[in-house]
Amino acid sequence: MRWSKSRRLGAPASGRLPRERLVPAAIPLLAFMTAVLLASTLLLYSSPEEKRISIYSNAANYSLPVLDRNGDEYIGLLELFEPLGAVSAKANGNHWKFRYYDVESEFTAGQTRVRIHGSDFDLPASFLLENGRGLVPLSSLGTLMPRILGGPVTFNQNSRRLFVGNVAVHFTAQVSKTTPPKLVMNFTAPVNPMIATEPGQLRMAFNHEAVVAPGSQGLTFDSKIIPSASFQESNGSAALVITATVPLMATFANNGRTIVVEPVPQVAAQVQSPPSVPRPPNNFAPPLAAGAPIRRPYFAVVDPSHGGEERGASLTAQLAEKDVTLAFGRRLRQELETRGLATLLLRDSDTTLSLDQRASLTNSAHAAIYICLHAASEGEGVRVYTAIVPSDTENRGPFLSWDAAQGAFQLLSQSAGTGLVVELQSKQIRARSLITPLRPLNNITTAALAVEVSPPSDDISELNSPAYQQFIAGAIAAGLADIREKLETRP
Amino acid sequence: MIPRHLIFGVAVLLIVAFGMSMYVWRVRGRVDRVPTPETNAQPVAPPVSGATEQATIYVAYDDVGVVRPKLVRVTLPVGRQERATEILRSLLNVYEDKFSPHPLAPGSEIRDVYLVEPGLAIIDLNAVFADSHRSGVLVEELTVVSLVQTLSANIPGISRVKFLVEGRERDTLAGHADLSNFYEVPAVTRAVAQLQNTQ
Repeated sequence: MRWSKSRRLGAPASGRLPRERLVPAAIPLLAFMTAVLLASTLLLYSSPEEKRISIYSNAANYSLPVLDRNGDEYIGLLELFEPLGAVSAKANGNHWKFRYYDVESEFTAGQTRVRIHGSDFDLPASFLLENGRGLVPLSSLGTLMPRILGGPVTFNQNSRRLFVGNVAVHFTAQVSKTTPPKLVMNFTAPVNPMIATEPGQLRMAFNHEAVVAPGSQGLTFDSKIIPSASFQESNGSAALVITATVPLMATFANNGRTIVVEPVPQVAAQVQSPPSVPRPPNNFAPPLAAGAPIRRPYFAVVDPSHGGEERGASLTAQLAEKDVTLAFGRRLRQELETRGLATLLLRDSDTTLSLDQRASLTNSAHAAIYICLHAASEGEGVRVYTAIVPSDTENRGPFLSWDAAQGAFQLLSQSAGTGLVVELQSKQIRARSLITPLRPLNNITTAALAVEVSPPSDDISELNSPAYQQFIAGAIAAGLADIREKLETRP
Repeated sequence: MIPRHLIFGVAVLLIVAFGMSMYVWRVRGRVDRVPTPETNAQPVAPPVSGATEQATIYVAYDDVGVVRPKLVRVTLPVGRQERATEILRSLLNVYEDKFSPHPLAPGSEIRDVYLVEPGLAIIDLNAVFADSHRSGVLVEELTVVSLVQTLSANIPGISRVKFLVEGRERDTLAGHADLSNFYEVPAVTRAVAQLQNTQ
């Protein structure tokens, strides 16, 4: 084909654009396509939250993604039933055969009518077949699943929580009339919620437990300090939000069947007597009243480091530092308490606590010593650390700089560390005393130590051995008991 | 109506793409069977010009958990900042050696050292350095104090050191050693003195 001169200079006769016009015309088109591509990519990656459904059953509790198709929510049927028992599926053209134990079901892509165990059943929306994967509408689960399982299923579609059989965990909650008040919650099965605190509330997220609302979503208590709580369910999880006028902390008892929520210790003391100490500004530790008698509800604060989303070191493929420190912390608390030393364990479950929260809780407890526990796969024996405290931070009046709050207690900490190492060495445990840049040691306003425990041999899994943990915990507790008098005298 | 040359162009591109796909498909199996030589993913530092000098680097030894000084000969440039970077890279060469006493992940690198004000040095680590570092109180402390002590021992006048990772602040190296605060050289010297004893 040849371009004639008149066509090159004039308007296109047959609707085609001349080459000179084609290039400028293509630029906006390309720009538009790029913008569309970018916008779709951004939309894809900025989706706020993946839709999920949680399934609770005697066989397993699990969570699956929910897919949006044709304006409806869908879920893969094979993935849904796989954790519940023996399943198989076979696609043949538009037909999809699904088998759960001896219950056979037949689905047809684009059709709502399905055949389950010889009986017809209508889905609220069409069955979809994608690359051999059968998708059913989420809204059908409440009626579809009992036909396949042969048992009762309770499905809360709004919160996307599905209960197979009688697996729901119920709970009661009541506030004790003690001072300070305590919210005691008793569950019908052990629970291990993620706990987060915010000003004015404590939130327990039940991501893996079939906890259900106790009659109504809202709970009110006859307490000015803990006036109410609300149960919330959404996107496959449940949460209990407890409102309070003071900071709260939760402790677990009865093998995880009981959770007690109470004001943190310092606040508890203020509840008993009106506050006389001004609140410290942000980034400053509480003021010290030198020489003043200190009310010590606890002798020691034991802090199992890491926890929750923060696993710490991966000691082996299965063993996380957070689990070893928690087990070790519980033993140390037990050893200290058998010696008559009241101990606060900062976390008694797999919960996330920030370093600032750990320091604040410790400083509020006014304990004689803080012991932070770590575990390492390398080295041998026990290493006892005290803080490296920055020197160029300024204190303001009675308030200590947050980063250097440990400054006034460094000598006491070092003395405690040395005493502990001597005690450990006397029990033939290899021990060293070192200084280290490890938070929150430098934020603590009492004697503060970090203890890093290594395995007794090349076998790292021995870190998790109850006998080894008991031996080390006993030695540390004995060492602390020996220096109790020195620790309880404030400098 | 689509111009004919565009149709030809697209057709040729499709044919080329199809041909390349077939070629890749054919050679894929062969590549799998070729033994992969050990690769070194470390970025190659530009050659340094300058005199070879003796320097003291502080090397961490994991087996006994200590930091010990070691004399090395390093080619050092004239500029103070460039010297600081090269000194620390010479320490990293020891750590990334096959027989390293304190192994770091391959690709761990000092991006830059900045001497920004009298007495303050900023060490900017790359992401691999921090993300792949082993986690533990002692193992992280050994890394941090050996870097600070090596720097302050060879570049006079440094009293404080701050760590960044990829130019940004970071809370900890690998979950333990605090990177949010400045490291004061006298305190690090005390830590190194303690770390020279195995007891």
